Amino acid sequence: MHMSPDEIIFWQLGFIKLNATIVYTWGLMLLLSVSSIWITRKLSGEIERSRWQNLLEIIVTAITQQIEDVGLHHPKKYIGFLGTLFLFVAIASLCTILPGYEAPTGSLSTTAALALCVFVAVPLFGIQEQGLAGYLKSYLSPTIIMLPFNLISEVSRTLALAVRLFGNMMSGAMIMGILLAITPFVFPVVMTALGLLTGMVQAYIFFILATVYIAAATRTGKAQPLQSQH
Amino acid sequence: MLVDWFTVGAQTLNFLILVWLLKRFLYRPILDAIDSREKKIAATLAGADMKKAEALEERDDYVRKNAEFEQQRAVLMQDSIEEAKKQGQTLMDEARKLADALSEKRRSALQQEQQAIRADISRMTREEVFAISRKVLSDLAGIELEARMVEVFTKKLASLDEPLKTFTDAFTHNHTLKISHDSVLVRSTFELTAEQKGAIQEILHKLVSDANKPSDFSIRFETTQALISGIEMIANGRKIVWSINDYVDTLEKSVSALWTDAPDAKMSTHTMDAVSGSQVPGSQLSGSQISEKSVADNPIAGKSE
Repeated sequence: MHMSPDEIIFWQLGFIKLNATIVYTWGLMLLLSVSSIWITRKLSGEIERSRWQNLLEIIVTAITQQIEDVGLHHPKKYIGFLGTLFLFVAIASLCTILPGYEAPTGSLSTTAALALCVFVAVPLFGIQEQGLAGYLKSYLSPTIIMLPFNLISEVSRTLALAVRLFGNMMSGAMIMGILLAITPFVFPVVMTALGLLTGMVQAYIFFILATVYIAAATRTGKAQPLQSQH
Repeated sequence: MLVDWFTVGAQTLNFLILVWLLKRFLYRPILDAIDSREKKIAATLAGADMKKAEALEERDDYVRKNAEFEQQRAVLMQDSIEEAKKQGQTLMDEARKLADALSEKRRSALQQEQQAIRADISRMTREEVFAISRKVLSDLAGIELEARMVEVFTKKLASLDEPLKTFTDAFTHNHTLKISHDSVLVRSTFELTAEQKGAIQEILHKLVSDANKPSDFSIRFETTQALISGIEMIANGRKIVWSINDYVDTLEKSVSALWTDAPDAKMSTHTMDAVSGSQVPGSQLSGSQISEKSVADNPIAGKSE
């Protein structure tokens, strides 16, 4: 039994190896890209539109709305990063219904990579919004004494992001493996359904936390409400 | 080791690539399509608002024009009604005038027709009365009556001055006229006896000689039924008549004259052309039994006066 899909290695050449995490990630990338290209190849700007376009529009507008609700006033600027986080984690969880599939998010390497991306993206967006000085000053708020705590918070929340997602996804897969060994009928199906729900919740949590971090980093000196302006 | 750092790097790269891919093929097209649709909807709504505003304006304009039209229509209708009333009154007056004129004309024509019928009936009655009178008198006439009439004729001839003078003037009225032997014609209904003829010749010669007129004329005697009973003497367009026919003629003329005068006096509205007549010469002499007339178609006198 594998703790992580990293352990399933298809090909290796020294340091370079092609494990299941990378392969399934490529698979997900291919699925998302091809379906996006296929659906958006004949987009309609009119009132009438296809069902798939309607589905994508619902997803995109829902993400945009969530970003705005958290307090980012220009959601289109952040949707590329935050939306992809949500979609990748959500699709990776949804695909667990496919037999033989290992969710890449069940690998700590993947979740660490995503958390690292958030870890880098937050200061980038913050600096872009407030400037370097303004962003750095945010570490000193409300007082300089808080600087170490802010720095610890910055690292720890990134670690928490990675471990939380990895723990949830890995535990789901582990429970499924154990249940399949103990009660091979019915119960694993229920657990799989529960795992889908857990995966969606985790995707939402990962996405919303990243959004909150970026929102906190991009907020200027004046406090801004988190509520969206409908 | 749960974390494979190569995998971490690869997944980071994979994630960044996926971000770019989805940004390029998913978010941008979808968001662009949404923006495009929103712009179109906004434009449509703006157009609808503009059209609504125009429609409201046009509706107000229409309502205003409709009100004006209704007002004008009411005014025109009122004018038309008044004009029609006037026209109707005018036509009614004209029709009434025409009807009155026609009625008057019909009444006049009816009166004329009644008058004509009455005149015809009167004339026919008169003619019938006189025809019957003539017939009766003709049936009653006889030699004795004739002799008595000749006698009276000769007496009247001797006693009356004015007609006699007129009669004798006939012999000299036209100097160029030569009195021939048959220049005096005496006509009677029955053949006169020799005494009667001699008495007449005698008194004529006496009258002419008394009047200092040439007396070389002859007397011709004829009989005629036209006199019914009586005698007449004709000379040079003049005649002296003593006959029942003359009585009847005189009476007829008098009645005709009465008929002519009386309706004219009574009828003030219209003339009675159908029964109008002329004054009959000699009617003034109806009181006397002897009348003197001019004879247009006298065979003896070739020319009348």
